[in-house]
Amino acid sequence: MAGTKVLRVRVEGGLCQGHSRCCAVAPELFEADDVGNARAKGDGTVAPALEAKAKLAIANCPEHAIRMSQD
Amino acid sequence: MSAKPPVKDWAADFDHTDPAWNRDPFPIWDDLRRRCPVAHSERFEDGAFFPSRYADVREIAYDTEHFSSRRVIVREKKLSQLVPAPPITSDPPEHRPARMPLLPAFSPKAIERLMPGTRALCNRLIDSFIGKGSCDAAIDYAQHIPTRVIANMLGVDEEDGDRYRRWIKLALEEGIHDNAKVMQSIKEMTVYFSEELAKRGDKPGDDLISFMRDQRLDGQPLTAEKVIGTLRLLMIAGIDTTWSAIGSSLWHLAQHPKDVARLVAEPALMDTAVEELLRAYAPVTMAREVVKAVSINGCPMKPGAMVLLSFPAANRDPEMFPDADKVLFDRQENRHAAFGLGIHRCVGSNLARMELRVAIEEWLKRIPRFRLEDPAGVTWSEGTVRGPRTLRVAWK
Repeated sequence: MAGTKVLRVRVEGGLCQGHSRCCAVAPELFEADDVGNARAKGDGTVAPALEAKAKLAIANCPEHAIRMSQD
Repeated sequence: MSAKPPVKDWAADFDHTDPAWNRDPFPIWDDLRRRCPVAHSERFEDGAFFPSRYADVREIAYDTEHFSSRRVIVREKKLSQLVPAPPITSDPPEHRPARMPLLPAFSPKAIERLMPGTRALCNRLIDSFIGKGSCDAAIDYAQHIPTRVIANMLGVDEEDGDRYRRWIKLALEEGIHDNAKVMQSIKEMTVYFSEELAKRGDKPGDDLISFMRDQRLDGQPLTAEKVIGTLRLLMIAGIDTTWSAIGSSLWHLAQHPKDVARLVAEPALMDTAVEELLRAYAPVTMAREVVKAVSINGCPMKPGAMVLLSFPAANRDPEMFPDADKVLFDRQENRHAAFGLGIHRCVGSNLARMELRVAIEEWLKRIPRFRLEDPAGVTWSEGTVRGPRTLRVAWK
């Protein structure tokens, strides 16, 4: 939709140490791989209803490994 | 046990095995954070530092250039030889290859499968004492949960917990003052795991001992020293730590009926409550050895000095956590460091969280109202891992 901004989350692979907090706080947005490191689900798009949860995941990452961007 | 004089000046002569520190370290840390955020002590060979601010603990945890993990326990006398227990004692570049193979066994998915068995275990333990109206929550309950879970994962006798816990006490508590006890513990564990490996021979198996035996690095089997070092680590790290977290949490709940009532009424609060209990009562203090001269928060450190890496003190830093001294079960923003920060994040963190959560949930389902029977009689472990070791509670 023209003029609508899309929020996305992304986990910095080099920073994530696998605390799994994002997966617990926002399971709709994050999942763990086989070694327990986190990644964003799909293309990381954050539905408007999940924006608060995305921010909560960021606020609970001990490694500051989650980035949110708008495009 | 220790004949050392009691501490008078925590800033220049701290001792993390002093009885006052064991009983109630929080006011000591608060005071240090205000007036001397990097404390020092010559009670330990080559000197030891104690940073109490979150920012300083974090900086050290990330700095593998100046700080080595080859020694992770501060002892009165350093062990004359290094005792590798990879990956916790590994530095880059050896750290990653030692750690990676362990991770799938402790991933969230792998740990979720252990949840029903852990629930059943908690209920069997509760069955054994609920009719009595009181118990020692540390001895009759908390200590058995991680011991049996890790024994089952390793594939060793889950009834042999007393022996495993003795090894740990020798290595982590008494061994701070007496290196002969550390070496005795290491020797006994080495013999024990050598025998377990011999018993298995080449037979395939799905326990962690068989798993470590089958690991390859660059196509080559691991040396027996490495395999056994990691097995010792899994046993040591898997027991006292979670035992302590469960015990401290029950100690808190026994004294805070309002927190208990809230958890019972709002089970959805359990996720943030568990994180808050981990923040407030983080059991594990690690250490690093300075290997290159460095300065932390203006405090110069020379190679050879030891640094206590107190995640428990970092977690109580008001600069990082508003109302740091309060236990708030609905704390929303909680970047606590109970499981460490950086590359040495506790490999067993998913397991520990699961055990802690299940232990509290099952306890509260069966014993929703309880109190400390003898508040002054609660005793705490010493040094590296802090948690209650006697904890009488009553519910009748």
